Amino acid sequence: MLLAETAAGPAWSWNLITDVQEMWSFPFMVNAFRAGTIVAVVSAAMGYFVVLRRQTFAAHTLSTVAFPGAAGAVLLGISAVYGYFTVCVAAAVVIAAVGWRGGGGGADEAALTGTVQAFLPACGFLFIALYKGLLGGPQSLLFGTFLGITTSQVTVLLGVGAAVLAALALIGRPLLFASVDPQVAAGRGVPVRALSVTFLVLLGAATAEASQITGTLLVFALMVIPAATAQTTTGRPGTGLALAVFLALAATWLGLTTAYYWPYPLGFFVTSYAFAGYLLVRSGRTLHTWLSRTRAPLLYKEATA
Amino acid sequence: MTGLLSALAPLDQPFLQHALLAGTAIAAASGLVGHFLVLRAQIFTADALSHVAFTGAMGALALGYDLHMGLFGCTVGIALLFGALGRKARPDDVVIGSVFSWILGLGAFFITLYTTSRSTTNGHAGISVLFGSIFGLSAGRASAAALVATAICLLMLLIARPLLFATLDEAVAAARGVPVRTLGFGFLAVTGVCAAEATQAVGSLLLLGLLAAPAGAAARLTDRPYRALALSALLAVLEMWAGLAASYAVPTMPPGFAIMAAATAVYAATFLVRRPAGRGRLRLRTAATGT
Amino acid sequence: MLHPMAKARTAAEGTVPPPRAPASEPPAALTVADDPVIALRGAAVRVAGRALWSGVDLCIGAGEFVAVLGPNGVGKSTMIKVLLGMLPAADGEVRVLGARPGQANHRIGYLPQRRSFDPSMRIRGVDVVRLGLDGDRWGIPLWPFGARRRAARRRIEEVIELVGASTYAYRPIGTCSGGEQQRLLIAQALVRRPELLLLDEPLDSLDLPNQSAVTALISRICHQENVAVVMVAHDVNPILHHLDRVLYLAEGGAASGTPEEVITSPTLTRLYGTPVEVLRTSAGRLAVIGQPEAPALHTDRHADRHAVGPAAGGDHAAG
Repeated sequence: MLLAETAAGPAWSWNLITDVQEMWSFPFMVNAFRAGTIVAVVSAAMGYFVVLRRQTFAAHTLSTVAFPGAAGAVLLGISAVYGYFTVCVAAAVVIAAVGWRGGGGGADEAALTGTVQAFLPACGFLFIALYKGLLGGPQSLLFGTFLGITTSQVTVLLGVGAAVLAALALIGRPLLFASVDPQVAAGRGVPVRALSVTFLVLLGAATAEASQITGTLLVFALMVIPAATAQTTTGRPGTGLALAVFLALAATWLGLTTAYYWPYPLGFFVTSYAFAGYLLVRSGRTLHTWLSRTRAPLLYKEATA
Repeated sequence: MTGLLSALAPLDQPFLQHALLAGTAIAAASGLVGHFLVLRAQIFTADALSHVAFTGAMGALALGYDLHMGLFGCTVGIALLFGALGRKARPDDVVIGSVFSWILGLGAFFITLYTTSRSTTNGHAGISVLFGSIFGLSAGRASAAALVATAICLLMLLIARPLLFATLDEAVAAARGVPVRTLGFGFLAVTGVCAAEATQAVGSLLLLGLLAAPAGAAARLTDRPYRALALSALLAVLEMWAGLAASYAVPTMPPGFAIMAAATAVYAATFLVRRPAGRGRLRLRTAATGT
Repeated sequence: MLHPMAKARTAAEGTVPPPRAPASEPPAALTVADDPVIALRGAAVRVAGRALWSGVDLCIGAGEFVAVLGPNGVGKSTMIKVLLGMLPAADGEVRVLGARPGQANHRIGYLPQRRSFDPSMRIRGVDVVRLGLDGDRWGIPLWPFGARRRAARRRIEEVIELVGASTYAYRPIGTCSGGEQQRLLIAQALVRRPELLLLDEPLDSLDLPNQSAVTALISRICHQENVAVVMVAHDVNPILHHLDRVLYLAEGGAASGTPEEVITSPTLTRLYGTPVEVLRTSAGRLAVIGQPEAPALHTDRHADRHAVGPAAGGDHAAG
């Protein structure tokens, strides 16, 4: 709070239209909004399936490995974008090859994923130690930045995002079937294993994309929280998917706007908005079940009395 | 003899002594806790706690409290919260994911608050919390860490058998009078303390490896629960020593990376070992002739 | 048709009974009335405000094999939980092994409604059995020698042999088949020489040969070692010949007695409040047919799945 006042930042006026006009008069903010929108839509759509398939642990692993990818790319002197995509997709293939069977499934796979997830950041740490320059610090790699997103970066994001969404739309229905009831789906001739591999690769690409905006540690937030909120609210796949996308967009836009006025990391704001929504829905639901539970015996007593 | 002496010469250096003292105890505790994390399929919980440790430490620094207070308070508190959120003190993956991704965001907020509000050298505090600073431990800190870790070890040994029962056979254990729910909470709290301790050694981003890799390796090497428990602790200690030695020998290599590399190498090596599938029959024959 | 007791005895012939510790159990001569293992008088239970069953009277003596039958959602598993003291009885009196429920659980062997072990669970079957013996003690076993440890090891080997699991007890339990896992878990329930066995659908997910083998095993333990057995079952046919008594739960009411007394058209008609007909095939199999829809069809598991009980609330309501 104190900091926000002392820092020479733009001032918030209560005229929303002028605020937005002023904010969007900076090309970097426009690019940030474009990139944020793409990332939010793609992450929420992927996240819906992540939550449905209980693959949150795998998703988190993929987001963690994005960091050494970027750090390695910086060390080699190439764009971090290539690092993100290469390492995330490779890690997705590895996890799929080992045969991940869903969150908390096999103890062995969990141990393996955990080891991979710790070893790769350790490599990232080594790369940073070797690079020594600490280019902006690893903090922006870990926690994200929305400054300096170029138009060409947005184009890349749009291309990859569209490809991921198109692929997801193509496999969406059988993937839903395979996620809900793998055995029956396999019996119907749905290629469950191939779908699971494809999904993980798509997840890798989506993670790599989102990492550049939210930072590698917070991608996971954009994927999991809106989808979890949506699935707590509704059981219908179509509505849930739409709701997840909407929530992610809302969190991202609100987060970007707040981060523009306050000199704190974007990731913090985005996760806070998303998590506030989640808490709201969860507590509403808990209240609802609690009410119905306490009301049931009353009704019973009335009936017996 | 002289070769041995010269190899042990670096042990005269106090920073290495402290690292060895704290590292050994922390590794043993992590190995014991990790064994049950793998068995209970709660690795993701540990993962979440390790990231929570980061937020706790940064929060304490940013608000001007003692770093260790923030670490322990945050990890134990969140561990108990996870227990409360889940059925029978076994939290759901999605709940964990949602909670801890927000807490990470909070960590990002604290790190910014800390680095911008105080002198520029503070930038390294975040890095040392994320990746560990075992060579920077003071004598007092090292012995405190060793004490806490030893307490964790003793506690784990005390609850090992009922916890194993509750893990494998929850309903039967509950019927037999094992306090399944309390054990679940207690174990989560111990995991929280262990995560906070290990953060000081290998950092919050890497401590998951110390929990998962030795336990995973031990589970691949033996099917006997108590032997696996001992093996897991032993492997963790050996990996810690190997990592410290390697990092001392090659100064550009950060200790966190070296320890993780050793742990990963041992775990990878267990995939080359054939699983002890045939031994069951052999034992069976001796058991059959014995009776 | 042979008397169930006699039939069970003939089934058990040819197997060598393992040595028993005679001090740990009441003598077989005691009659049911003197020292009932389970005594329920006017017992009722409510779950979330809903009365599941009420007015249940039951008295089970040592060495009796009793089945709890009834349609889905009627509270069969709840009965087991009440006997274990995990759920309080809303009404009436419940005594288990001469104490309040939950007070004598160390003398009870319990087999919950089974989920199978994950294939990646790399713990040997023998370790799972051993947890049944000492799993509730604090600390870890440190000293592998000594008379107590030898006795424990001998007991585990003995009980594994009793259930016929010797060939796979030293394999990781995740790699065992459903029937093998079930036998190991029965061994776990038996390892402390319980005086009462509470089995919740132990035949579920077993094929027909395994069903009859496991039933024969339980019956043998029940009658030879004088252990009272309460088994929740879906289907009466595989266990019918071994049963001493049946407790039939249906829509709030209950009936107990020998299978011949309970599974009859008049009794079930009274319980359900609609006409129910019981057919007996020449092979001794029973079929329960209701009007206009079959309330529960006790022929085999697959037929049972298609039948809709009058109190159909799903299995989970019961568990």
